[in-house]
Amino acid sequence: MLEQIESNRRRSALIVVVMGVLLVAVGLSLGMFLTNDQGGAILGGAAALGVWMVMWLFARFQGDNALLQMAGAREIAKGDHPQLFNIVEEMTIAAGLSHMPRVFIVDDPAPNAFAVGRDPTKAAVAVTIGLLQILDRDELQGVVAHEIAHIKNRDVALMTTAGIMLGAIVLLADIGTRAMWFGGGARRSRDDNSQGGGQAILALVAIVLLVLSPILAQLVYFALSRRREYLADASGAAFTRWPEGLASALQKLGSSRISQADQSRVTAPMYIVRPLAPGQHRNFTAALSTHPPLEERIRILRAMGKTADFAAYDRAYQQVAGGHVIGRRTLAQSKPVEAHAPEPVAAAEAIPAQPTARLREASDAYLAGAGYVRVRCPSCEALLKIPPARQGRLNHCPRCGGQLPSTSRAAG
Amino acid sequence: MGLGIGELAIGAAIVVVAIAAIYFIAIYNNLVRQRNEARNAWAQIDVQLRRRHDLIPNLVESVKGYATHEKSTLDAVVQARNAALSAKGPAASGEAEGLLGAALGKLFALAEAYPDLKANQNFLALQEELASTENKIGFARQYYNDAATRYNNAREVFPANLIAGSFEPAELFEITVAAQREAPQVKLS
Repeated sequence: MLEQIESNRRRSALIVVVMGVLLVAVGLSLGMFLTNDQGGAILGGAAALGVWMVMWLFARFQGDNALLQMAGAREIAKGDHPQLFNIVEEMTIAAGLSHMPRVFIVDDPAPNAFAVGRDPTKAAVAVTIGLLQILDRDELQGVVAHEIAHIKNRDVALMTTAGIMLGAIVLLADIGTRAMWFGGGARRSRDDNSQGGGQAILALVAIVLLVLSPILAQLVYFALSRRREYLADASGAAFTRWPEGLASALQKLGSSRISQADQSRVTAPMYIVRPLAPGQHRNFTAALSTHPPLEERIRILRAMGKTADFAAYDRAYQQVAGGHVIGRRTLAQSKPVEAHAPEPVAAAEAIPAQPTARLREASDAYLAGAGYVRVRCPSCEALLKIPPARQGRLNHCPRCGGQLPSTSRAAG
Repeated sequence: MGLGIGELAIGAAIVVVAIAAIYFIAIYNNLVRQRNEARNAWAQIDVQLRRRHDLIPNLVESVKGYATHEKSTLDAVVQARNAALSAKGPAASGEAEGLLGAALGKLFALAEAYPDLKANQNFLALQEELASTENKIGFARQYYNDAATRYNNAREVFPANLIAGSFEPAELFEITVAAQREAPQVKLS
C-alpha cells in the first residue's frame, strides 16, 4: 500500500504543522487579549510554541504508551496467551514487518481491538477480553491482520500523532475558555478605551479559535478516517488469504450490544469498530462517523468470493460501493491469489470452543499482564490470583486459613 | 542575440541524456529495492526453518525414552533434518523441508501408540511449538513468494529488462509434499 504510506506520512507532517500554527495563533491572541500589549502577545505565542514542541515530542516518544494507558491496556508475554501471541507473530510475518508489535489486552467486555505506534518498529496491538471471548481463531486472525495492516500502512503513526495532538488541543481549549472568563473581568476593570476596538476584534479571534480548534481537530479526524479502514480490510484479507475470517469477525463485533468503558473522543477512531456508548445500539449504516458502515465492509469482504488479493478487493468494493479504493500502483502490482481456509491447528494452539473457557483464558492473560501472581493453596487447593498490592503480604489462604507459600512476584 | 540551430540541438541532447540518466537510475534503484525486499523475505523464512531444525533434536530425545523400538523412524527424522540443514536455496530447501515434514508426520502418527509419550509435557510443548512454527513457515513463504514475484516482474518488464542482466531472478519457495509420492508401506507380520 505505497500510496497509503506516502499519504499518511504527508498527513502526519501536515497535522503537526497545522496544529502548530493553530496553537501559536491561539497563544498570540490570548496573550494580546489578557495583557493588552504586544509583549504579552509575543509571550503568549512563545508559550504556545513551547506547548506545541512539548506535545510533539510527547506524541513522538510517548504517544503509544499514553494511548495504551488511556485505553487501560496491559502488556502480556507469550506464556500468558500463547494463541493470541502466535497469531500476532504469524500476521507480522505475513505482512513482512521487521519487528513484531507488543501485545496488549484491555479489560473490557465489549469486543474491540486497536493498534498504536509511531512507526512499524515500535508498534503495539491491543485487543479486549470481550474480543477474545467471542471470536474463534480464524476470526481473531482476521482482526489481528487488520490491525497489523494499520501498522504497515502507517495509519497508526498518523493516529498516534493526531490522537495526542487532538487530546492536547481539546485540553488547552478547555483551559483557554476558563482563562477567558477570568481575564475578561480583569480587562474591563482597568481598560480605559483607547484600544477598545482592536481588542474587541482580538477577543473575537480568540473566541473563534477556541471554539474552532476542537472542531477543526475533529474534522482532521474525519478526513483521515474512512478509507484507511477499507484498505486495512483489504490487507487483512490478503495477509490471511481468508476474507471470510475478518467478515465473520466484523459481523460478531457489529452484533455486540455491550457498551465500552473507554468512551474517549481521542481513542475512539483507533478501534476496529466504533466503541458503543451505554444504551446505544450499533447503527450498521451510520454515514457521518469516524468509521465506514460495518455492513458495507462485511458485504465487500464477502463479495471477494474465492480470491484474496488487492485487485479482488477493489472489484468487490466497486460492486458494493462503487468507485475504486485501492491505489493504482498497488493494483498494478497485485497478482491473483486464491482464498483458502486456514489449516487446522494443533489442539494446544486452538482457541477453546467454549466461550466461558475463552473468557477465563483471556482474563487470566490480562491479570498476568497486570502483575497478578497465581498461587495454589497447599491445603484446600484453591487457586488464588493475588494482586500486586497484596503480594508478599498475604500469608494465609483466605478460604481455609492455611499457610501459603511465598506470594511475592518471584514465586509466581 | 539568438541561439543557433547547433546550440539548440546540443541543449536538447543534454536534456535528453539527463532525463535518460535519471530514468535509468530510478529503474536501477527500484530493482535493488525489490531484490532486497525478496532477500529480507527469504531471511524471514530462514529464521523459521532454523527454529524448526533446532526443535527437532529435543523432540527426538524426548521420544527416544518412550518409543525404543522405533529407531528407524527417529533416524529418518534426523536424516531428513540434516538434509534440510545442508540444503541451499529455495528450490532445494523446499524439497528437503517437504521430506522433513513427511518424516515428522510419521513420528507424530507413531506417538499415538504410546500413551505415556502423549501425556509427556515436554513432548506436548514441542509438538505445539512445531505446529506453530509450521504455521509461520507458511506465512513467511506466502510473503516471500509475493515479494519474489514482484521482483521477477520488475526485472522482466521493458525497459527494466535492458539493464536487469546483473539481477538474478528469484526462485519461488514451494514445499513439495513428498509423502504423497511415496508408495505406502505395508507391514506383513
